[in-house]
Amino acid sequence: MPANRFNGHCDYGIGIGLRVPHYSHILSKKPVVDWFEIISENFMVDGGRPLQLLDEILEQYRVVQHGVSMYFGSADKPDRAHLRRLKNLVKRTKTPWLSDHLCWGSVDGTYTHDLLPMPYTFAAARRTAEKIRQIRDFLEVPICVENVSSYAEYHVSEMTEWEFLAEVVELADCGILLDVNNIYVSSKNHGFNPYDYVNGVPHDRVGQMHIAGHTKFEKYILDTHDHPVLDPVWKLYAHATKRCGVSATLLEWDDKIPSFDEVHNEALKANDFIDGAKKATP
Amino acid sequence: MKAPPRHAPKRLRTTGDLRVLQRMMATALLRPLTPDDGLQPTWVDGRPMEQVASEFIKPNDRLSAFERLQLYSRMYWFRLFDAIRDDCPGLLAMLGEDRFGRLAQAYLERYPSRSFTLRDLCSRLVQFIGEEPSLTRPHTALAAEIARFEWAQTVAFDGESRPVLDAARISSTPPDRLRLGLQPYVTLLALAYPIDAYVISVKRRDALRSEASNTPESRTVAVPPRRRVPLPRRARTFVAVHRHHNRLFYKRLDPAAYRILEALASGETLSTALAAARGAKPAQVRRWFKAWMALGWFCAPVARRRR
Repeated sequence: MPANRFNGHCDYGIGIGLRVPHYSHILSKKPVVDWFEIISENFMVDGGRPLQLLDEILEQYRVVQHGVSMYFGSADKPDRAHLRRLKNLVKRTKTPWLSDHLCWGSVDGTYTHDLLPMPYTFAAARRTAEKIRQIRDFLEVPICVENVSSYAEYHVSEMTEWEFLAEVVELADCGILLDVNNIYVSSKNHGFNPYDYVNGVPHDRVGQMHIAGHTKFEKYILDTHDHPVLDPVWKLYAHATKRCGVSATLLEWDDKIPSFDEVHNEALKANDFIDGAKKATP
Repeated sequence: MKAPPRHAPKRLRTTGDLRVLQRMMATALLRPLTPDDGLQPTWVDGRPMEQVASEFIKPNDRLSAFERLQLYSRMYWFRLFDAIRDDCPGLLAMLGEDRFGRLAQAYLERYPSRSFTLRDLCSRLVQFIGEEPSLTRPHTALAAEIARFEWAQTVAFDGESRPVLDAARISSTPPDRLRLGLQPYVTLLALAYPIDAYVISVKRRDALRSEASNTPESRTVAVPPRRRVPLPRRARTFVAVHRHHNRLFYKRLDPAAYRILEALASGETLSTALAAARGAKPAQVRRWFKAWMALGWFCAPVARRRR
């Protein structure tokens, strides 16, 4: 959906992640970019250069927050101190929506700093949705949850990943950040059809999409974010855009980061598929 | 983390079941890798890890349950090792790759991350070096000082900045009633070694190597080998690690200047702090204060942890 209640009714275009190697280029050249996605945790600090940089970016650009440590799926209760820091940042950036992952990564207060896959069960869905509601109520900003790429599955799972995602977002009444690269990576690692996944999610809840590159190994695919987007992912993105509508789209490039222009040009390729989707939609 | 469960739940019906499953998986990931970067071959109770992994992780047509879990464990350890290396280039240079790797692994085993951010990962490293001197012997004191210095850099980079006290307020308060806080991002260090100079040498060496590897010709020109930076000799050194206009700085301090700042930071009045500056000339003390105020170091007193 181009603009809906899950992305603050914003019709954002194509953005890229705000990354350290590009700071000086962005601040000195002020390139035209629809929006930047920031990693919330990089700016949940008390002072110094990160916040100064963020304020300079906010003067010029639209910014959306993306988190990596909320761990909606952890059995632990939400950390209030963490939430207060995050809320301070939300007030600073005025992010129209906020995203984090449908995963877990901490237990008993110990952090793995990873995005670990959920067991796809009804009990886990209920617990996760309850946490999303609590967090959204505290932060007072729409939330989109992102599907992660994964390399393992649990015996206890009772449904497919996309059924689990649908169950969680319906129970939480929240949005989806649909990462089509993650769908593709997981489809290869677990042997499902990525088009079944895209077709199976509630399309009207998609508030944002992610695209990225990945790396193929002999027995699995890793979500490395260090390459241009591969053709099968573009095709899946085109399909997702036809099904869900043209949504705010973000290219993730987090390692072996090339020049700003190279990253931005790669992101703008999404326009080709967006145009196709618009033509196909009556 | 609580004690690892013996078995993963066969069904997941409650949040308690979810917690047990997550505890099981986290325990597996956080156990140290084998020398060839593999998952430990046995579980905490001695059962084969292959068997335990198969209880809760599904295999696929290419990878066993053990191998799938191993992927996550490797990613955990490699990610955290990278984070510690990034934060501690001086300690890495001093200990060398192998000993630094052993220290990092032992540290993370005892003090796994308890924060949502990797920024805090090394917050207990100084304490750990003191607890396990064998990992850094015979240079434990030096290692601990480098770790303190490198943690101070983390604090200086993004620590809290409080409103700066204005000169009028300072000058209008009698010295025997005036208490000045030090900005939370400033760390005062009394060191037995000139760690600032050592860390600068390490950074300069690493920058040169990085510069060499980033040149367009780097495909044909070999990157220079990592030159060993000589360890510093003992020399009493007083330094403030701070930031100015959001850039990191190390400021050498006269011993008397250090004593004044340390007294102020610990809550003493200005007159008591000045008494600690025995031997310093009044004109010199005035110059120090002028510089510190220009740097914006003074704020309302704040509760400060001992360094």
